[in-house]
Amino acid sequence: MKNIIAIIFLGWAISAKAEVIKVVATPNGIHNAVRKAHNGDTLLIKKGFYKEHDITIDKRLTVIGENFPVIDASNKYQALIVTADSAVIQGIQVQNIGNTSIIDMAGIRIVNAKAVVIKNNKLIDNTFGVYLQNATRCYVANNTIHSNHKDELNGGNGIHAWHCDDLLIQDNDISGHRDGIYFEFVTNSHIISNRSYENVRYGLHFMFSHSDTYTQNIFKDNGAGVAVMYSKHVVMYNNSFLHNWGDASYGLLLKEISDSRIEHNNFIRNTVGIHMESTTHVDVKQNLFQDNGWAMRVQASCSGSNVIGNNFIGNSFDVATNGNMVMNVFDHNYWDKYDGYDLNKNNIGDVPYYPVSVYSVITEKIPSTMILYRSLLTDVMEQVEKVLPTLIPDKLRDDYPLMKKAKL
Amino acid sequence: MRTIIKYVLLDLIKNKTVLVYTFILAALSVSVLATGSNTSKGLLSLLNITLLFVPIISMLFATIYFFNSVEFIELLLAQPIKRKTMLLAEYSGVAFALSIAYLIGVGIPVCLFSYDLASLTLILSGLFLTLIFSALALVIFVLFKDKTKGIGAAIITALFFTLLFDGLLLSFIFSFSDYPIDQPLLGLISLNPVDLARILVLLKLDVAVMMGYSGALFKKFMGSATGSIYTIFCMSFWVIIPLLMSAKVFKRKDL
Repeated sequence: MKNIIAIIFLGWAISAKAEVIKVVATPNGIHNAVRKAHNGDTLLIKKGFYKEHDITIDKRLTVIGENFPVIDASNKYQALIVTADSAVIQGIQVQNIGNTSIIDMAGIRIVNAKAVVIKNNKLIDNTFGVYLQNATRCYVANNTIHSNHKDELNGGNGIHAWHCDDLLIQDNDISGHRDGIYFEFVTNSHIISNRSYENVRYGLHFMFSHSDTYTQNIFKDNGAGVAVMYSKHVVMYNNSFLHNWGDASYGLLLKEISDSRIEHNNFIRNTVGIHMESTTHVDVKQNLFQDNGWAMRVQASCSGSNVIGNNFIGNSFDVATNGNMVMNVFDHNYWDKYDGYDLNKNNIGDVPYYPVSVYSVITEKIPSTMILYRSLLTDVMEQVEKVLPTLIPDKLRDDYPLMKKAKL
Repeated sequence: MRTIIKYVLLDLIKNKTVLVYTFILAALSVSVLATGSNTSKGLLSLLNITLLFVPIISMLFATIYFFNSVEFIELLLAQPIKRKTMLLAEYSGVAFALSIAYLIGVGIPVCLFSYDLASLTLILSGLFLTLIFSALALVIFVLFKDKTKGIGAAIITALFFTLLFDGLLLSFIFSFSDYPIDQPLLGLISLNPVDLARILVLLKLDVAVMMGYSGALFKKFMGSATGSIYTIFCMSFWVIIPLLMSAKVFKRKDL
């Protein structure tokens, strides 16, 4: 009983202390309000145009915008810098962040803080959108992050996380940045249901980030797709990699990845669906590869990967590789180019399928031969090789090709 | 000249082979374009059809037709007509008929189902291939006296350009892959109108990135306006030179 009374009193004490401070558009209005506020207060920013910059939120504040008040950094400065734990920033539009080569300027920057919530904001024409620096357990959700970067050099990333742990990045809409979402040394985090499209470089860029999960995201029309590098225990499922179409574009680029899972994703109309380089123990299961230039490019440096139960439909090349060494397993996939038979009607073809076509072997060795793409000669060579395989890596084969599309 | 063309055309209409050719092309185009949801894919299939059928059919049909009209030609030459005029009129009649067949068979369906730059390029290159291979047929006609030999030569020439040339090109690339061969390769490609047509159309389609991926130079040069003009220039040469050559040979030919 004593305890309950104590809690009630404590609650009353806190609620009595927490004030709601209304902020209107006056010069340095937000600055002054933050200075006056105490831990636990709420800043209610009224609709208006605030020409302010470098607002440091160093108290546990809840900053709420009413009808998206605009904070404009005049293309010179940063807007909000959060250094306090458990701060909340919600419903604000931040725009025109500066661009220098010395500091990475960001719309909302979180520095050495825990449990910060950034949600329902609009970040327009910024160098970096949300920048998380040594942050823990932060929640970035429902933000619209848009910019118009033209090249990789001057642009920043939509959501940039460096040395963070346990983040949740959810339902954001990111476009026109250098990388949509950038992770470097970020662990135990989740990226869920974001849309990252038309970014100059990658839709999502992972470096040295272990034990992260990303699911249900859509990566579309990015300059080079999605890159996941030097990480382990990455889980990717139910994502869509769409139309990352260009000379050097990938749906998903994997470099030095180990013990990861890629499941139930859609790779549609990418130059290369998945490019794997020096990966170990990566499971690629039940994905759809459709209308890609190359569905998968698996370099000979990859080992211990299982490619099982995927559908390969309408790709120019199903699999390409650069050597004869095959240390990966391709089984139980559906290949639309498979023309074998199934006498015992168990839905598994009776002759193996060789997913590496002879022309893809040749182009991999000598790229200039691409000039013969779609010529009659290559078709003839394909047919000859089918009857009498000599050039293709015969160990790379699917011994149990499915006759019908796998249910994904 | 105009009268001769008129009679050649009338004869070709009676012949019905051109009609069947038109009909087959039309059937193929409509089935390819109407069934597929993806017009880019449909165009790719049509490109394959164009690159395979147009050279072989134009070549064979024109050769056979020229050889079959030897008597008509001899009769005409008894009249006060220049040999060159007569030969070019014969050629124009056949090439015109085959071009119309291609235009109706492939051009109209393509324009109905997907009218864009890529399909226009496809039609243009198909027409060029028709003109080029009819001209080559004319060369064979003036070079050979025997019909059987002529048809044999026509088959070999058509196969050479559709298949053997690429094989030689591939072995060339293989043997010299240690050297920077991209530019010589561009030159070599100009020696085969079928390859020129293929690359011209491919670079207008979105599969062009596949070529750009490994051979950026092809895309950079052939994909540019200069490249397109160069390609069309080369193909025009492929029409003009065989025509001039056959006219020259025919002038002194003992009929």
